[in-house]
Amino acid sequence: MAKVDRMDMPRQLAEARAKNFDEVALGYTPQMAASEAGRCLNCIKKYCVSGCPVGIDIPGFISALRENDIKRASRVLKEKNALPGICGRVCPQETQCEAYCLLGKKGEPVAIGRLERFVADWESNNPSPEQPIAITPSGKKVAVVGSGPAGLTCAAELARLGHKVTVFEALHVAGGVLLYGIPEFRLPKTIVGREVQYISSLGVEIRLNSVIGKIDNVDELLSSGYDAVFLGTGAGLPIFLGVPGENLSGVYSANEFLTRVNLMKAYRFPEFDTPVKIGKKVLVIGGGNVAMDAARCALRMGAEEVSIVYRRSEAEMPARREEVENAKEEGIKFRFLTSPKSFTGDPKRQLTGMECQEMELGEPDSTGRRRPLPKPDSDFILETDVAVVALGTTPNPLIAQTTSGLEVTRHGTVIADEMTGRTKKLGVWAGGDVVTGSATVISAMGAAKRAAADINDFLRRES
Amino acid sequence: MYEILERQDLTPIIHMFKIRAPAIASKAQAGQFIILRQGENGERIPLTLADWDSIKGTVTVVFMEVGLSTMKLAALKAGDCITDFAGPLGLPTHIENFGTVICVAGGFAVATIMPIARALKLAGNRVITIMGARSRSLLFWEQEVGRYSDELIVTTDDGSSGRKGLVTEPLRDILAAEGNGVARVIAIGPTIMMKFSAKTTEPFGVKTIVSLNPIMVDGTGMCGCCRVTVGGATRFACVDGPDFDGHHVDWDELMARQRTYLEQEARSMELWKCQRGGCTQEAQHG
Ligand SMILES: Cc1cc2nc3c(=O)[nH]c(=O)nc-3n(C[C@H](O)[C@H](O)[C@H](O)COP(=O)(O)OP(=O)(O)OC[C@H]3O[C@@H](n4cnc5c(N)ncnc54)[C@H](O)[C@@H]3O)c2cc1C
Ligand SMILES: Cc1cc2nc3c(=O)[nH]c(=O)nc-3n(C[C@H](O)[C@H](O)[C@H](O)COP(=O)(O)OP(=O)(O)OC[C@H]3O[C@@H](n4cnc5c(N)ncnc54)[C@H](O)[C@@H]3O)c2cc1C
Ligand code: SF4
Ligand code: FES
Repeated sequence: MAKVDRMDMPRQLAEARAKNFDEVALGYTPQMAASEAGRCLNCIKKYCVSGCPVGIDIPGFISALRENDIKRASRVLKEKNALPGICGRVCPQETQCEAYCLLGKKGEPVAIGRLERFVADWESNNPSPEQPIAITPSGKKVAVVGSGPAGLTCAAELARLGHKVTVFEALHVAGGVLLYGIPEFRLPKTIVGREVQYISSLGVEIRLNSVIGKIDNVDELLSSGYDAVFLGTGAGLPIFLGVPGENLSGVYSANEFLTRVNLMKAYRFPEFDTPVKIGKKVLVIGGGNVAMDAARCALRMGAEEVSIVYRRSEAEMPARREEVENAKEEGIKFRFLTSPKSFTGDPKRQLTGMECQEMELGEPDSTGRRRPLPKPDSDFILETDVAVVALGTTPNPLIAQTTSGLEVTRHGTVIADEMTGRTKKLGVWAGGDVVTGSATVISAMGAAKRAAADINDFLRRES
Repeated sequence: MYEILERQDLTPIIHMFKIRAPAIASKAQAGQFIILRQGENGERIPLTLADWDSIKGTVTVVFMEVGLSTMKLAALKAGDCITDFAGPLGLPTHIENFGTVICVAGGFAVATIMPIARALKLAGNRVITIMGARSRSLLFWEQEVGRYSDELIVTTDDGSSGRKGLVTEPLRDILAAEGNGVARVIAIGPTIMMKFSAKTTEPFGVKTIVSLNPIMVDGTGMCGCCRVTVGGATRFACVDGPDFDGHHVDWDELMARQRTYLEQEARSMELWKCQRGGCTQEAQHG
């Protein structure tokens, strides 16, 4: 067979997309998808599947695609993954399924993520009448706290198994980080909305504006008729640098900046009421995906110069390669080996700059990355109007503070069994970022599925 | 959706809504607040719980028209619904029998102080309340607050009712007269009023609690927008507060952060007024 190259996915041109919030990646055409699907060797050993946290039958869905049976491809995907349109877009395939693909040993792996996205989008444009699943009501009630990927997945699984599920969400919309964190141009919100709709159609009740621990707490949920509780509350507490001047007007956490822009739609101010400050120059501190997202949002909002400030070198950056490339193409500047020391402001306490020092790399630290060390006498000031601190997040302590008998680590993450999601408190399960700290959409979904299976066992055994 | 069951106009620009929100009503405590969002394009704004009825499942908020969101709210009437309404947020005000407590309220915060004065009274305190407004037409709830106060002092800037002057003046007088007899002061109102109340009590060494009002977004500890510096440490007002020790608050920082969006706030309000007919040339062309 003639060797076919991995099919590129069309994207908006860098110059155009740097000025709009429309999706950057445009998706495969049917011809492109057919060509890419044709590259798959349909390996008997299914190497790729071992890299998928939810175990999608990858060669199975690709074979269906090759036979031009997209409906079947979609069914195969949905067997293991209720949110393929989301995962096809935001999963780090290069470290998951595609990293294991046999073709990747010599050349480029099959573009599994792009094919997954193609199938999910085709399905949503050509919806097949939902086959009514015969559900026997179990008579059991489950409360799911949080409506991010973990909560939504757990709710869907349990509803399909016949349990009555209520999701409690603190914010005014469901979706968690998918809505308030990941920007529109990487994950259109209509896609998230569609998935939430699907989960409601399974009979799941979603109660918005409901902060568990402030209205009922977990103990009260259990004593008021819920037979089990799943905690999918994520890791929503922003970490700050703790340097002088950090509370000047103009310094944001990435969570605040992204929430204003994505959830509250500040990029459409004044049509939407929530403002955000941009100015001419924006500095984003950090080297992960969140930093890339914040920087690319700032650029799209009209900042003239957006720079990412990272204390190690490019090689140590935890962000996905693809997103770093996207950011560079769009004109984001990078200042590596630079560490903030303080923020400076004018007499009105508005941010004017950031004092930095240069770093150099020393010996590897516990993460295996070379440790950044300050260079003596290398201080300098970067002028800026806005700074966004993207150093990561930890779980919000509210649930731990208001639930009796729940054990947490010293990082604030809830202790739960990896295979079952069981916490130290009977009747309470947990999964996703609240257990692992900031991780990925698909790992949150995987944990939620395992917990749902165990909750089902528990509820069936009980009756 | 959260239905407005009753509306009262307490002054021309201060309004009271009674809203159906049973889950919040059953948990509310003095000093806590809610965050609401009005309309699909609305922003999230915090308002303090001025009252609640856990049996009827209702809560009461009192707000002053100061900008776009509060004006949009003021356009609603009984029977309308508020899009989103979440709470009770923040930590409750610390209540115990302290002895004598002075409650100081400025402007709309008379409504905020009411449940606190009530809780203090029920806990056995001697409650002295000082309430101030710019003028007589802006005063409200004198009777409601009076019911839970052993002593009620009213001030107006223009002298149209009660004592002429600012709330800090009777505050200083009482502290000077009673000295160590006052166990605690709770001051709530505009930032500048809280700052000067705290400055007034500081030389007397009387613990002074203030309820801070930084700009907020989520109100659950997720964004850090509401961070304030108290005693040199950064705290999130929505989860660690809103009550803090007024003697340790970095007031200038709070006021600077509150001014972050002055420009945008003015712009969106002009646009809104424009859409409702009262347009200025500038907004039309701007
Ligand atoms: C900017 C950004 C970009 C990212 N990009 C990617 C990416 O490209 N690919 C990827 O795989 N991952 C990405 N991630 C990580 C990914 O989004 C998370 O790992 C994932 O969302 C975790 O899911 P979760 O359901 O555990 O928690 P979350 O998505 O955080 O959802 C938790 C939900 O619980 C709610 N909640 C919290 N406390 C309470 C309470 N007390 N009561 C009621 N509700 C509560 C919250 O409001 C929230 O809606 C990104 C994260 C961020 C911030
Ligand atoms: C814990 C808390 C309790 C409050 N309780 C009450 C109350 O009971 N009654 C009442 O009238 N007001 C209360 N406020 C203040 C009220 O939230 C603001 O007046 C309101 O948000 C102003 O919005 P706006 O669009 O009408 O005005 P804008 O024109 O947007 O702003 C006017 C000023 O209000 C402040 N403000 C703006 N947006 C916000 C926001 N999202 N969060 C907080 N402050 C903001 C800013 O300092 C701004 O300069 C409270 C604030 C806090 C933090
Ligand atoms: S490892 Fe690659 S080639 Fe083999 S089945 Fe999976 S996707 Fe196809
Ligand atoms: S308002 Fe977001 S953390 Fe307090």
